[in-house]
Amino acid sequence: MGVDWQTFWPRIVEATGQTILMVAVTLVIGSIFGIIIGLLLFVTRKGNILENAFLYQIINFLINIIRPIPFIIFLVAISPLTREVIGTTIGTWAAIFPMSIAAAFSIARVVENNFISIDPGVIEAAKAMGASPLQIIYTILIPEALGPLVLGLTFITISLIDFSAMAGTVGGGGLGHVAMTYGYQRFDTSVMIVTVVILIVLVQLAQWVGNTLSRKILRR
Amino acid sequence: MITFKDVSKTFTIGKREVHAVRNVNLTIEEGEIFGIIGFSGAGKSTLLRLVNVLENPTAGAVEVQGVDLASLRPNEVRKVRRRIGMIFQNFNLLTSRTVAGNVAYPLKLAKMPRAKIKERVEELLRFVGLSDKAKDFPEQLSGGQKQRVGIARALATSPDILICDEATSALDPDTTGEILRLLKKVNKEFGITILLITHEMHVIQSICDKVAVMEDGEVIESGGVFDTFTSPVHQTTKRFIRSVQQDLPSPSLLDEWRQKGGKQLYRIIFKGEVASDPVLSRVTRKHDIDVNIVYGSVQEIQAKFYGNLLVSFDGDEGKTVSAVKELEEIVQIEEVDVAWA
Repeated sequence: MGVDWQTFWPRIVEATGQTILMVAVTLVIGSIFGIIIGLLLFVTRKGNILENAFLYQIINFLINIIRPIPFIIFLVAISPLTREVIGTTIGTWAAIFPMSIAAAFSIARVVENNFISIDPGVIEAAKAMGASPLQIIYTILIPEALGPLVLGLTFITISLIDFSAMAGTVGGGGLGHVAMTYGYQRFDTSVMIVTVVILIVLVQLAQWVGNTLSRKILRR
Repeated sequence: MITFKDVSKTFTIGKREVHAVRNVNLTIEEGEIFGIIGFSGAGKSTLLRLVNVLENPTAGAVEVQGVDLASLRPNEVRKVRRRIGMIFQNFNLLTSRTVAGNVAYPLKLAKMPRAKIKERVEELLRFVGLSDKAKDFPEQLSGGQKQRVGIARALATSPDILICDEATSALDPDTTGEILRLLKKVNKEFGITILLITHEMHVIQSICDKVAVMEDGEVIESGGVFDTFTSPVHQTTKRFIRSVQQDLPSPSLLDEWRQKGGKQLYRIIFKGEVASDPVLSRVTRKHDIDVNIVYGSVQEIQAKFYGNLLVSFDGDEGKTVSAVKELEEIVQIEEVDVAWA
Protein backbone atom coordinates (compact mmCIF):
# COMPACT_ATOMS: atom_id res chain seq x y z
CA MET A 1 0.00 0.00 0.00
CA GLY A 2 1.58 3.23 -1.13
CA VAL A 3 1.44 6.47 0.73
CA ASP A 4 0.27 9.74 -0.68
CA TRP A 5 3.21 11.92 0.49
CA GLN A 6 1.48 15.00 -0.84
CA THR A 7 -1.14 14.77 1.88
CA PHE A 8 1.12 12.99 4.29
CA TRP A 9 3.92 15.52 4.70
CA PRO A 10 1.72 18.22 6.26
CA ARG A 11 0.54 15.60 8.71
CA ILE A 12 4.13 14.73 9.65
CA VAL A 13 4.98 18.40 10.06
CA GLU A 14 1.92 18.91 12.27
CA ALA A 15 2.77 15.83 14.33
CA THR A 16 6.37 17.00 14.79
CA GLY A 17 5.04 20.35 15.97
CA GLN A 18 2.75 18.58 18.45
CA THR A 19 5.59 16.47 19.78
CA ILE A 20 7.82 19.49 20.23
CA LEU A 21 4.96 21.40 21.89
CA MET A 22 4.22 18.53 24.28
CA VAL A 23 7.87 18.08 25.22
CA ALA A 24 8.63 21.79 25.54
CA VAL A 25 5.58 22.69 27.60
CA THR A 26 6.01 19.64 29.81
CA LEU A 27 9.66 20.47 30.29
CA VAL A 28 8.86 24.00 31.39
CA ILE A 29 6.01 23.04 33.74
CA GLY A 30 7.78 19.90 34.95
CA SER A 31 10.98 21.83 35.63
CA ILE A 32 9.24 24.55 37.60
CA PHE A 33 7.45 22.07 39.85
CA GLY A 34 10.28 19.57 39.79
CA ILE A 35 12.85 22.10 40.96
CA ILE A 36 10.52 23.31 43.71
CA ILE A 37 9.77 19.76 44.88
CA GLY A 38 13.42 18.69 44.61
CA LEU A 39 14.52 21.76 46.51
CA LEU A 40 11.97 21.09 49.26
CA LEU A 41 13.12 17.51 49.42
CA PHE A 42 16.76 18.56 49.75
CA VAL A 43 16.40 21.35 52.29
CA THR A 44 14.11 19.30 54.55
CA ARG A 45 16.58 16.39 54.63
CA LYS A 46 18.08 15.44 57.96
CA GLY A 47 20.75 17.90 59.03
CA ASN A 48 19.94 20.36 56.29
CA ILE A 49 19.15 24.05 56.32
CA LEU A 50 15.38 23.61 56.84
CA GLU A 51 15.29 20.11 58.29
CA ASN A 52 11.74 18.77 58.54
CA ALA A 53 11.37 15.02 58.77
CA PHE A 54 7.59 15.06 58.26
CA LEU A 55 7.65 17.06 55.03
CA TYR A 56 10.62 15.10 53.74
CA GLN A 57 8.91 11.75 54.30
CA ILE A 58 5.73 12.87 52.54
CA ILE A 59 7.51 14.19 49.46
CA ASN A 60 9.84 11.23 49.34
CA PHE A 61 6.89 8.84 49.58
CA LEU A 62 4.99 10.64 46.80
CA ILE A 63 7.97 10.48 44.47
CA ASN A 64 8.46 6.82 45.20
CA ILE A 65 4.81 6.09 44.43
CA ILE A 66 4.61 7.97 41.16
CA ARG A 67 8.00 7.21 39.63
CA PRO A 68 7.77 3.43 39.28
CA ILE A 69 4.33 3.45 37.59
CA PRO A 70 4.77 2.78 33.86
CA PHE A 71 3.82 6.00 32.11
CA ILE A 72 1.19 4.43 29.87
CA ILE A 73 -0.65 3.17 32.96
CA PHE A 74 -0.21 6.42 34.85
CA LEU A 75 -1.64 8.26 31.85
CA VAL A 76 -4.84 6.21 31.96
CA ALA A 77 -5.00 6.06 35.76
CA ILE A 78 -5.13 9.78 36.29
CA SER A 79 -7.46 10.50 33.36
CA PRO A 80 -10.35 11.47 35.70
CA LEU A 81 -8.10 14.13 37.19
CA THR A 82 -7.03 15.18 33.71
CA ARG A 83 -10.68 15.66 32.76
CA GLU A 84 -11.23 17.81 35.88
CA VAL A 85 -8.26 20.05 35.18
CA ILE A 86 -8.03 20.24 31.38
CA GLY A 87 -11.68 19.56 30.56
CA THR A 88 -10.94 16.63 28.24
CA THR A 89 -8.80 13.51 28.16
CA ILE A 90 -8.10 13.71 24.45
CA GLY A 91 -5.60 15.87 22.60
CA THR A 92 -2.23 17.46 23.05
CA TRP A 93 -3.01 19.45 26.20
CA ALA A 94 -4.67 16.42 27.79
CA ALA A 95 -1.37 14.62 27.26
CA ILE A 96 0.71 17.48 28.65
CA PHE A 97 -1.04 17.27 32.04
CA PRO A 98 -0.02 13.72 33.02
CA MET A 99 3.35 14.19 31.32
CA SER A 100 4.04 17.24 33.47
CA ILE A 101 3.18 15.41 36.67
CA ALA A 102 5.36 12.44 35.84
CA ALA A 103 8.17 14.76 34.70
CA ALA A 104 7.96 16.93 37.80
CA PHE A 105 8.54 13.99 40.10
CA SER A 106 11.38 12.61 37.99
CA ILE A 107 12.98 16.05 37.82
CA ALA A 108 12.54 16.43 41.60
CA ARG A 109 14.69 13.35 42.15
CA VAL A 110 17.32 14.56 39.67
CA VAL A 111 17.38 17.97 41.35
CA GLU A 112 17.71 16.42 44.81
CA ASN A 113 20.60 14.22 43.65
CA ASN A 114 22.40 17.17 42.12
CA PHE A 115 22.02 19.20 45.29
CA ILE A 116 23.28 16.32 47.41
CA SER A 117 26.44 16.21 45.34
CA ILE A 118 27.26 19.83 46.24
CA ASP A 119 30.09 19.94 48.78
CA PRO A 120 28.41 20.51 52.19
CA GLY A 121 31.46 22.60 53.09
CA VAL A 122 30.42 25.21 50.55
CA ILE A 123 26.97 25.44 52.14
CA GLU A 124 28.59 25.71 55.56
CA ALA A 125 30.86 28.49 54.27
CA ALA A 126 27.83 30.41 52.97
CA LYS A 127 26.13 30.01 56.36
CA ALA A 128 29.27 31.23 58.10
CA MET A 129 29.21 34.32 55.88
CA GLY A 130 25.71 35.12 57.09
CA ALA A 131 23.60 33.75 54.24
CA SER A 132 19.93 33.06 55.05
CA PRO A 133 18.35 29.75 53.97
CA LEU A 134 16.70 31.49 51.03
CA GLN A 135 19.99 33.13 50.01
CA ILE A 136 21.70 29.74 50.24
CA ILE A 137 19.11 28.33 47.85
CA TYR A 138 19.46 30.90 45.12
CA THR A 139 23.10 31.91 45.51
CA ILE A 140 24.65 28.53 46.28
CA LEU A 141 22.46 25.52 45.58
CA ILE A 142 21.14 26.52 42.17
CA PRO A 143 24.32 28.06 40.67
CA GLU A 144 26.57 25.30 42.07
CA ALA A 145 24.28 22.52 40.78
CA LEU A 146 23.36 24.15 37.47
CA GLY A 147 25.82 22.25 35.25
CA PRO A 148 24.77 18.73 36.27
CA LEU A 149 21.18 19.95 36.51
CA VAL A 150 21.19 20.85 32.81
CA LEU A 151 22.48 17.37 31.98
CA GLY A 152 19.78 15.85 34.17
CA LEU A 153 17.10 17.90 32.43
CA THR A 154 18.48 16.81 29.07
CA PHE A 155 18.09 13.22 30.15
CA ILE A 156 14.51 13.95 31.22
CA THR A 157 13.77 15.72 27.90
CA ILE A 158 14.73 12.62 26.02
CA SER A 159 12.47 10.44 28.12
CA LEU A 160 9.74 13.03 27.53
CA ILE A 161 10.03 12.42 23.80
CA ASP A 162 9.42 8.79 24.68
CA PHE A 163 6.45 9.74 26.92
CA SER A 164 4.98 11.86 24.14
CA ALA A 165 4.93 8.87 21.83
CA MET A 166 2.88 6.98 24.40
CA ALA A 167 0.62 9.97 24.88
CA GLY A 168 -0.08 9.66 21.19
CA THR A 169 -1.90 6.42 21.82
CA VAL A 170 -4.53 8.18 23.92
CA GLY A 171 -5.13 10.84 21.33
CA GLY A 172 -2.38 13.19 22.28
CA GLY A 173 -1.26 13.45 18.70
CA GLY A 174 2.38 13.83 17.82
CA LEU A 175 4.86 11.63 16.04
CA GLY A 176 4.11 8.63 18.25
CA HIS A 177 0.53 8.71 17.13
CA VAL A 178 1.51 8.91 13.46
CA ALA A 179 3.98 6.07 13.84
CA MET A 180 1.41 3.89 15.58
CA THR A 181 -1.60 4.49 13.36
CA TYR A 182 0.01 4.83 9.95
CA GLY A 183 3.19 2.90 10.45
CA TYR A 184 2.24 0.06 12.78
CA GLN A 185 -1.48 -0.45 12.33
CA ARG A 186 -1.42 0.11 8.57
CA PHE A 187 1.87 -1.75 8.06
CA ASP A 188 3.47 1.19 6.30
CA THR A 189 7.16 0.81 6.92
CA SER A 190 8.16 3.98 5.11
CA VAL A 191 6.01 6.14 7.41
CA MET A 192 7.44 4.38 10.41
CA ILE A 193 10.97 5.01 9.19
CA VAL A 194 10.29 8.68 8.56
CA THR A 195 8.83 9.23 12.03
CA VAL A 196 11.60 7.26 13.71
CA VAL A 197 14.21 9.29 11.86
CA ILE A 198 12.56 12.53 12.97
CA LEU A 199 12.45 11.25 16.57
CA ILE A 200 16.14 10.37 16.42
CA VAL A 201 16.98 13.81 15.09
CA LEU A 202 14.96 15.41 17.89
CA VAL A 203 16.78 13.34 20.52
CA GLN A 204 20.18 14.18 19.04
CA LEU A 205 19.29 17.83 18.96
CA ALA A 206 18.15 17.83 22.60
CA GLN A 207 21.30 16.04 23.71
CA TRP A 208 23.51 18.43 21.77
CA VAL A 209 21.83 21.49 23.26
CA GLY A 210 22.09 20.00 26.75
CA ASN A 211 25.74 19.05 26.37
CA THR A 212 26.70 22.43 24.97
CA LEU A 213 24.90 24.32 27.71
CA SER A 214 26.30 22.23 30.54
CA ARG A 215 29.80 22.42 29.11
CA LYS A 216 29.49 26.17 29.10
CA ILE A 217 28.32 26.21 32.71
CA LEU A 218 30.81 23.64 33.97
CA ARG A 219 33.66 25.09 31.91
CA ARG A 220 34.71 21.61 30.78
CA MET B 1 36.45 38.94 73.14
CA ILE B 2 35.40 35.27 73.01
CA THR B 3 34.46 33.50 76.22
CA PHE B 4 33.51 29.88 76.70
CA LYS B 5 31.74 29.33 80.02
CA ASP B 6 31.34 25.71 81.06
CA VAL B 7 30.51 24.81 77.48
CA SER B 8 29.48 21.29 76.55
CA LYS B 9 28.18 19.92 73.29
CA THR B 10 26.70 16.46 72.98
CA PHE B 11 25.60 14.90 69.72
CA THR B 12 23.14 12.05 69.63
CA ILE B 13 23.95 9.66 66.83
CA GLY B 14 21.31 6.98 66.78
CA LYS B 15 21.15 5.86 70.38
CA ARG B 16 24.74 6.75 71.13
CA GLU B 17 25.71 10.01 72.79
CA VAL B 18 28.93 11.63 71.67
CA HIS B 19 30.37 14.24 74.03
CA ALA B 20 32.25 16.35 71.52
CA VAL B 21 32.97 19.20 73.94
CA ARG B 22 32.98 18.90 77.75
CA ASN B 23 32.95 21.72 80.29
CA VAL B 24 35.24 24.02 78.38
CA ASN B 25 36.24 27.33 79.97
CA LEU B 26 38.40 29.56 77.82
CA THR B 27 38.87 33.25 77.21
CA ILE B 28 40.30 34.62 74.01
CA GLU B 29 41.45 38.22 74.35
CA GLU B 30 41.19 40.88 71.68
CA GLY B 31 44.10 40.98 69.25
CA GLU B 32 45.41 37.53 70.16
CA ILE B 33 46.23 34.61 67.95
CA PHE B 34 44.84 31.74 69.94
CA GLY B 35 45.50 28.17 68.85
CA ILE B 36 43.62 25.07 69.86
CA ILE B 37 45.52 21.88 69.23
CA GLY B 38 44.32 18.32 69.48
CA PHE B 39 44.33 15.02 67.65
CA SER B 40 41.41 14.39 65.29
CA GLY B 41 38.21 13.74 67.19
CA ALA B 42 39.31 15.84 70.16
CA GLY B 43 36.34 18.17 69.67
CA LYS B 44 38.23 21.23 68.49
CA SER B 45 36.26 21.54 65.26
CA THR B 46 32.97 21.53 67.18
CA LEU B 47 34.34 24.06 69.65
CA LEU B 48 35.28 26.37 66.77
CA ARG B 49 31.79 26.13 65.26
CA LEU B 50 30.22 27.26 68.51
CA VAL B 51 31.83 30.66 67.98
CA ASN B 52 29.85 31.49 64.84
CA VAL B 53 26.78 29.49 65.84
CA LEU B 54 27.19 26.78 63.23
CA GLU B 55 26.65 24.62 66.32
CA ASN B 56 24.81 25.44 69.52
CA PRO B 57 26.08 24.34 72.92
CA THR B 58 24.13 21.71 74.85
CA ALA B 59 25.16 23.37 78.10
CA GLY B 60 27.02 26.50 79.11
CA ALA B 61 27.37 29.74 77.21
CA VAL B 62 29.55 31.18 74.47
CA GLU B 63 29.97 34.94 74.52
CA VAL B 64 31.39 36.94 71.63
CA GLN B 65 32.14 40.60 72.34
CA GLY B 66 30.08 40.35 75.49
CA VAL B 67 26.97 38.96 73.78
CA ASP B 68 25.63 35.55 74.73
CA LEU B 69 25.13 33.85 71.37
CA ALA B 70 22.19 31.77 72.64
CA SER B 71 20.16 34.94 73.14
CA LEU B 72 20.26 35.88 69.45
CA ARG B 73 17.45 35.51 66.92
CA PRO B 74 18.29 33.98 63.51
CA ASN B 75 18.70 37.33 61.75
CA GLU B 76 20.91 38.59 64.59
CA VAL B 77 23.00 35.42 64.30
CA ARG B 78 23.57 36.22 60.61
CA LYS B 79 24.73 39.71 61.55
CA VAL B 80 27.16 38.33 64.14
CA ARG B 81 28.52 35.91 61.53
CA ARG B 82 29.50 38.87 59.35
CA ARG B 83 31.72 40.04 62.21
CA ILE B 84 33.43 36.65 62.24
CA GLY B 85 35.34 35.52 59.17
CA MET B 86 35.95 31.80 58.70
CA ILE B 87 38.44 29.84 56.62
CA PHE B 88 38.48 26.12 56.04
CA GLN B 89 40.81 23.20 55.50
CA ASN B 90 39.24 22.50 52.09
CA PHE B 91 38.82 26.20 51.27
CA ASN B 92 35.12 25.76 50.40
CA LEU B 93 35.22 28.17 47.48
CA LEU B 94 32.17 28.49 45.24
CA THR B 95 33.05 26.67 42.03
CA SER B 96 30.46 28.58 40.01
CA ARG B 97 32.11 31.92 40.75
CA THR B 98 35.44 33.48 39.84
CA VAL B 99 38.05 34.48 42.40
CA ALA B 100 36.61 38.01 42.44
CA GLY B 101 33.10 36.55 42.62
CA ASN B 102 34.02 34.50 45.66
CA VAL B 103 35.46 37.50 47.46
CA ALA B 104 32.44 39.61 46.48
CA TYR B 105 29.97 36.99 47.73
CA PRO B 106 29.82 37.98 51.43
CA LEU B 107 29.58 41.64 50.39
CA LYS B 108 26.61 40.86 48.17
CA LEU B 109 24.99 39.07 51.10
CA ALA B 110 25.60 42.21 53.16
CA LYS B 111 23.95 44.24 50.35
CA MET B 112 26.91 46.51 49.70
CA PRO B 113 26.51 48.73 46.60
CA ARG B 114 28.04 47.27 43.44
CA ALA B 115 30.68 49.95 42.90
CA LYS B 116 31.87 49.66 46.47
CA ILE B 117 32.06 45.87 46.16
CA LYS B 118 34.35 46.19 43.15
CA GLU B 119 36.66 48.53 45.01
CA ARG B 120 36.75 46.36 48.12
CA VAL B 121 37.41 43.17 46.13
CA GLU B 122 40.36 44.79 44.35
CA GLU B 123 41.75 45.96 47.67
CA LEU B 124 41.42 42.50 49.24
CA LEU B 125 42.96 40.69 46.28
CA ARG B 126 45.86 43.10 46.40
CA PHE B 127 46.28 42.34 50.11
CA VAL B 128 46.49 38.58 49.53
CA GLY B 129 48.58 39.04 46.37
CA LEU B 130 46.11 37.64 43.85
CA SER B 131 45.15 40.72 41.82
CA ASP B 132 46.13 38.96 38.60
CA LYS B 133 43.85 35.99 39.32
CA ALA B 134 40.60 37.95 39.76
CA LYS B 135 38.95 36.42 36.70
CA ASP B 136 40.18 32.86 37.26
CA PHE B 137 37.97 30.11 38.57
CA PRO B 138 38.92 28.22 41.74
CA GLU B 139 39.88 25.03 39.87
CA GLN B 140 42.65 26.97 38.09
CA LEU B 141 44.37 27.82 41.39
CA SER B 142 46.88 25.98 43.57
CA GLY B 143 46.01 25.05 47.16
CA GLY B 144 47.86 28.01 48.61
CA GLN B 145 46.16 30.39 46.18
CA LYS B 146 42.78 28.91 47.05
CA GLN B 147 43.40 29.54 50.72
CA ARG B 148 44.42 33.12 49.92
CA VAL B 149 41.07 33.57 48.21
CA GLY B 150 39.46 32.02 51.30
CA ILE B 151 41.25 34.54 53.50
CA ALA B 152 40.31 37.47 51.25
CA ARG B 153 36.71 36.30 51.30
CA ALA B 154 36.72 35.92 55.08
CA LEU B 155 38.11 39.44 55.49
CA ALA B 156 35.67 41.03 53.05
CA THR B 157 33.17 42.24 55.62
CA SER B 158 36.00 43.61 57.84
CA PRO B 159 35.40 41.16 60.68
CA ASP B 160 36.78 41.54 64.20
CA ILE B 161 37.47 37.83 64.51
CA LEU B 162 38.87 35.28 62.10
CA ILE B 163 38.35 31.59 62.85
CA CYS B 164 40.48 29.05 61.03
CA ASP B 165 39.45 25.41 60.72
CA GLU B 166 42.70 23.52 60.02
CA ALA B 167 43.52 26.20 57.47
CA THR B 168 46.92 24.77 56.54
CA SER B 169 46.32 21.04 56.94
CA ALA B 170 45.77 20.47 53.23
CA LEU B 171 48.87 22.41 52.20
CA ASP B 172 52.52 21.50 51.70
CA PRO B 173 55.10 22.85 54.18
CA ASP B 174 56.21 25.80 52.01
CA THR B 175 52.66 26.93 51.32
CA THR B 176 51.77 26.41 54.98
CA GLY B 177 54.50 28.88 55.91
CA GLU B 178 53.17 31.36 53.35
CA ILE B 179 49.61 31.14 54.69
CA LEU B 180 50.78 31.39 58.30
CA ARG B 181 52.72 34.55 57.47
CA LEU B 182 49.63 35.95 55.82
CA LEU B 183 47.54 35.18 58.92
CA LYS B 184 50.13 36.91 61.08
CA LYS B 185 49.91 39.91 58.77
CA VAL B 186 46.11 39.92 59.08
CA ASN B 187 46.48 39.93 62.85
CA LYS B 188 49.10 42.68 62.92
CA GLU B 189 47.74 45.02 60.24
CA PHE B 190 44.05 44.86 61.04
CA GLY B 191 44.21 43.87 64.71
CA ILE B 192 41.91 40.93 63.96
CA THR B 193 41.65 38.36 66.72
CA ILE B 194 42.41 34.90 65.34
CA LEU B 195 41.15 31.64 66.77
CA LEU B 196 42.57 28.64 64.96
CA ILE B 197 42.43 24.91 65.39
CA THR B 198 45.12 22.56 64.18
CA HIS B 199 46.76 19.22 64.83
CA GLU B 200 50.18 20.55 63.84
CA MET B 201 52.35 21.86 66.66
CA HIS B 202 54.49 23.97 64.34
CA VAL B 203 51.44 26.07 63.46
CA ILE B 204 51.03 26.90 67.14
CA GLN B 205 54.77 27.43 67.49
CA SER B 206 55.09 29.78 64.55
CA ILE B 207 52.17 32.17 64.97
CA CYS B 208 50.17 31.68 68.18
CA ASP B 209 50.33 33.74 71.35
CA LYS B 210 48.27 31.36 73.41
CA VAL B 211 47.41 27.72 73.10
CA ALA B 212 44.85 25.31 74.48
CA VAL B 213 45.34 21.56 74.20
CA MET B 214 42.20 19.49 73.73
CA GLU B 215 41.64 15.82 74.33
CA ASP B 216 38.35 13.92 74.49
CA GLY B 217 36.36 17.14 74.33
CA GLU B 218 38.18 18.72 77.25
CA VAL B 219 40.76 21.46 77.42
CA ILE B 220 43.54 19.72 79.33
CA GLU B 221 46.07 22.51 79.32
CA SER B 222 46.16 26.12 78.24
CA GLY B 223 48.35 29.16 78.54
CA GLY B 224 51.00 31.20 76.77
CA VAL B 225 52.73 29.34 73.95
CA PHE B 226 56.25 29.84 75.34
CA ASP B 227 55.33 28.61 78.81
CA THR B 228 53.34 25.68 77.52
CA PHE B 229 56.17 24.73 75.21
CA THR B 230 58.90 25.01 77.77
CA SER B 231 57.07 23.49 80.71
CA PRO B 232 54.29 21.24 79.48
CA VAL B 233 52.28 19.43 82.13
CA HIS B 234 50.05 16.96 80.37
CA GLN B 235 51.30 13.87 78.56
CA THR B 236 49.42 14.78 75.35
CA THR B 237 50.95 18.24 75.35
CA LYS B 238 54.38 16.65 75.64
CA ARG B 239 53.58 14.42 72.69
CA PHE B 240 52.66 17.41 70.55
CA ILE B 241 55.80 19.24 71.54
CA ARG B 242 57.92 16.22 70.79
CA SER B 243 56.49 16.31 67.24
CA VAL B 244 58.33 19.56 66.52
CA GLN B 245 61.28 19.21 68.81
CA GLN B 246 63.99 16.63 69.17
CA ASP B 247 64.28 15.93 72.86
CA LEU B 248 65.24 12.27 73.00
CA PRO B 249 67.00 10.06 70.47
CA SER B 250 65.43 6.78 69.42
CA PRO B 251 65.71 3.81 71.84
CA SER B 252 68.11 1.97 69.53
CA LEU B 253 70.46 4.94 69.44
CA LEU B 254 70.31 5.27 73.22
CA ASP B 255 70.99 1.58 73.59
CA GLU B 256 74.06 1.88 71.41
CA TRP B 257 75.16 4.85 73.49
CA ARG B 258 74.89 2.81 76.69
CA GLN B 259 76.61 -0.27 75.25
CA LYS B 260 79.53 1.79 74.07
CA GLY B 261 80.01 2.88 77.65
CA GLY B 262 78.45 6.28 77.24
CA LYS B 263 78.47 8.52 80.27
CA GLN B 264 75.54 9.80 82.28
CA LEU B 265 73.33 12.03 80.13
CA TYR B 266 71.96 15.33 81.32
CA ARG B 267 69.14 17.35 79.84
CA ILE B 268 69.78 21.07 79.80
CA ILE B 269 66.96 23.47 79.06
CA PHE B 270 67.68 27.07 78.14
CA LYS B 271 64.92 29.63 78.08
CA GLY B 272 64.90 33.14 76.75
CA GLU B 273 68.00 35.26 77.29
CA VAL B 274 70.09 32.48 78.81
CA ALA B 275 70.28 30.92 75.38
CA SER B 276 72.44 33.75 74.09
CA ASP B 277 74.92 33.40 76.97
CA PRO B 278 77.74 30.84 76.48
CA VAL B 279 76.90 29.21 79.84
CA LEU B 280 78.01 25.68 79.04
CA SER B 281 81.36 26.66 77.72
CA ARG B 282 82.04 29.06 80.58
CA VAL B 283 81.11 26.62 83.37
CA THR B 284 82.89 23.60 81.95
CA ARG B 285 86.05 25.58 81.37
CA LYS B 286 85.94 26.83 84.92
CA HIS B 287 85.65 23.29 86.33
CA ASP B 288 88.14 21.91 83.84
CA ILE B 289 85.88 19.31 82.22
CA ASP B 290 84.67 18.80 78.65
CA VAL B 291 81.08 18.91 77.50
CA ASN B 292 79.77 16.71 74.74
CA ILE B 293 76.47 17.68 73.12
CA VAL B 294 74.82 14.40 72.21
CA TYR B 295 71.44 15.47 70.96
CA GLY B 296 68.96 18.33 70.96
CA SER B 297 67.74 21.52 69.38
CA VAL B 298 67.51 25.25 69.85
CA GLN B 299 64.30 26.85 68.61
CA GLU B 300 62.57 30.15 68.38
CA ILE B 301 59.20 30.32 70.11
CA GLN B 302 57.32 33.61 70.26
CA ALA B 303 60.53 35.45 69.38
CA LYS B 304 62.45 33.84 72.25
CA PHE B 305 65.15 31.19 72.25
CA TYR B 306 64.40 27.82 73.65
CA GLY B 307 67.13 25.19 73.83
CA ASN B 308 66.74 21.58 74.82
CA LEU B 309 70.03 19.67 74.80
CA LEU B 310 71.25 16.25 75.88
CA VAL B 311 74.87 16.44 77.03
CA SER B 312 77.46 14.34 78.81
CA PHE B 313 80.54 15.52 80.66
CA ASP B 314 84.05 14.20 80.28
CA GLY B 315 86.43 14.55 83.20
CA ASP B 316 86.85 14.09 86.91
CA GLU B 317 83.66 12.95 88.65
CA GLY B 318 83.88 15.38 91.50
CA LYS B 319 84.43 18.25 89.11
CA THR B 320 81.43 17.14 87.08
CA VAL B 321 79.22 17.20 90.17
CA SER B 322 80.25 20.74 91.06
CA ALA B 323 79.84 21.88 87.45
CA VAL B 324 76.29 20.45 87.36
CA LYS B 325 75.58 22.21 90.65
CA GLU B 326 76.69 25.52 89.22
CA LEU B 327 74.69 24.99 86.05
CA GLU B 328 71.58 24.27 88.11
CA GLU B 329 71.62 27.86 89.25
CA ILE B 330 71.53 29.23 85.72
CA VAL B 331 69.57 26.73 83.61
CA GLN B 332 67.29 23.79 84.05
CA ILE B 333 69.39 20.62 84.21
CA GLU B 334 68.43 17.08 85.08
CA GLU B 335 69.92 13.62 84.85
CA VAL B 336 68.44 11.48 82.09
CA ASP B 337 67.93 7.87 82.92
CA VAL B 338 68.97 6.15 79.70
CA ALA B 339 67.98 2.70 80.88
CA TRP B 340 64.44 3.95 81.39
CA ALA B 341 64.31 5.73 78.08
